[in-house]
Amino acid sequence: MTVPIDVKAATRTFLAHVEEHLVTYLEACVHCGQCADACHFHEASGDPRHTPAYKLFPIAKAYRAQKWPLSWLGLGPAITERDLKEWEELLFDTCTLCGRCTTICPMGIDIASIVGTARQAFVKAGLGPTDLLAAADSSRDHGSPLGVTAEKLKDRLEWLADEHEINIPLDKDKADILLTVSSIELMKYPDSVVSMAKVLNHAGVNWTLSSKGYEATNFGYLAGKADIAKLMVERIVDAAKLVGAKTVVIPECGHAYSALRWSAANMLGYPLPFTVLHISEYMAQLKREGKLKLAPFTQSITYHDPCQVSRRGGATADARYLLQDFATDFREMTPTGNLNWCCGGGGGVQAISRAADLRYKVFKIKMDQVEKTGAKTLISACSNCRLTMDESKAHWKWEGGLGSLVEIIADNLVEAPPSAGNGV
Amino acid sequence: MTLLDFARGPALSFAYAVFVFGVAWRLVSLLLLPRNKELSQAKPGAPSVFSAAVLGFVRHLWPQKAYLRGTLFATLNGYVFHLGLAIIVFGLAQHILVFQSLFGINWPNLPSSLISVAAVVTLASLVVALVRRLTSPVLRLISTGNDYIAWFVTTLPVITGLLAVSHLGAPYETLLAIHILSIALLLIVFPFGKLMHAFLVFLTRTGTGIFYARRGAEI
Repeated sequence: MTVPIDVKAATRTFLAHVEEHLVTYLEACVHCGQCADACHFHEASGDPRHTPAYKLFPIAKAYRAQKWPLSWLGLGPAITERDLKEWEELLFDTCTLCGRCTTICPMGIDIASIVGTARQAFVKAGLGPTDLLAAADSSRDHGSPLGVTAEKLKDRLEWLADEHEINIPLDKDKADILLTVSSIELMKYPDSVVSMAKVLNHAGVNWTLSSKGYEATNFGYLAGKADIAKLMVERIVDAAKLVGAKTVVIPECGHAYSALRWSAANMLGYPLPFTVLHISEYMAQLKREGKLKLAPFTQSITYHDPCQVSRRGGATADARYLLQDFATDFREMTPTGNLNWCCGGGGGVQAISRAADLRYKVFKIKMDQVEKTGAKTLISACSNCRLTMDESKAHWKWEGGLGSLVEIIADNLVEAPPSAGNGV
Repeated sequence: MTLLDFARGPALSFAYAVFVFGVAWRLVSLLLLPRNKELSQAKPGAPSVFSAAVLGFVRHLWPQKAYLRGTLFATLNGYVFHLGLAIIVFGLAQHILVFQSLFGINWPNLPSSLISVAAVVTLASLVVALVRRLTSPVLRLISTGNDYIAWFVTTLPVITGLLAVSHLGAPYETLLAIHILSIALLLIVFPFGKLMHAFLVFLTRTGTGIFYARRGAEI
């Protein structure tokens, strides 16, 4: 709170990122307010300040200030310390970058991409939630937001391999597939890591994890720290190059997928020499190739689409394809797929402790949706969604079950007798 | 020079020039901004840039079913005044004469009684839009001077046009001159504020359509 706020740095950083599409978006907003109806934060709080279009105001002002005819005389609108302070909360705590507002906007404005850029400007000004920024710094210094160093990773994987009696290869010289993990899974949902290993072993593919690049979550990306975002991406890219991976598999983490799949090449300035697949996409590919033999799963479930995997990642159909002919009692929520309501914790909001109450309120939307389906368990393909939902579930003492897509798949694999292998 | 001569002559010529150069300047200055090259791999089977742009445009013409409950009224009202304005601008015989003199092309006009009905409906719809803006907590918070100016310069020609055709309150020539001046004002304000959305909508919807289509996403 006592750190001085560098208003000029904020304005400069935003203007440095001024690109054609971002400015067009800013100038095209007709202030119709429909985005409020699509935003889970506005839906949960009813606070007009949570209207997505309103969150862009300081950025629009910074841009207007620069092109104002008399700006060289110091006249015209200027972004102030007060603006930045007021909007810090709006840009960090009340936006999960989920992109739902884009789907309702009559002008087709992609607000999330502007918020992402705006966060960088705020961080340059010395603003931003300290816990989110600390998670980013920890990623840079220790390899992971939760302090999972390469050494800890090795210990943890050895323990998991022993405990579950499975093979989890680390640092193989060469492999077709490089698997990455999210430290949320390593520390809180280790079964998820084991499940990915089980699926990859079942499919008989040549895969490995790497201690050079293992952390898929990218808190640099979420916290608006471009240098850390790039560093996290470089670690995985270098590891993939080292083992000669053709495919890098991202675990159940939506923003990890978004960062590596869509942003990494642009951060690095060259196309990635491998394909990036989210674990749900990869499992769908294995199923299409006939490499996934599954026993039917009969519990009633519904599926929560992680925003970065479905709405903004284009993998909405893959999860359904996986569940088809497998989950015999699968029920869709309303709305679902590309219009699914966000968990409330994406985009780094999960790491912001002061946003907890708002997250809990948002989760009520989900509780209501799940209850309407009558399904016993809500599964997802994002451990960040799962963690957000787990905490909110505890807060409301909600009875519904929570689970993971890769875990139910791994738990229902049917291992073929050794002689029946197809030689892949 | 009468007021009508001034309105028809220098005022309108000046307004046309500001409109044309203003719109061109706004669009060129946007399109000349740097554009980062997209280096990520497109999803296999992603549609071509052209179909992505068309799909992006079409998809945002009408809210998806999940949103209809909250947005139906505003969307319908928006369509009413946009279509109403189009009917008035392009359907009235006198307006077509203006287009004929400017571009040398014409088309059959609509009956003036129909135009009058359209004008009244459009005016009512614009008033409704303003009332919503002033009463909804969300709209009140996000509205700026720009929104009210845009509303004013759009509504004024509808009112002055209705007065002119009904010969109310002043001699016809004066009413017509005021109507033309109100249009000049609209044209002059157009490029510098919210009304530019009439052009920008083609950039934003298609841009978003292309951005997401290469991801295999449908937004």
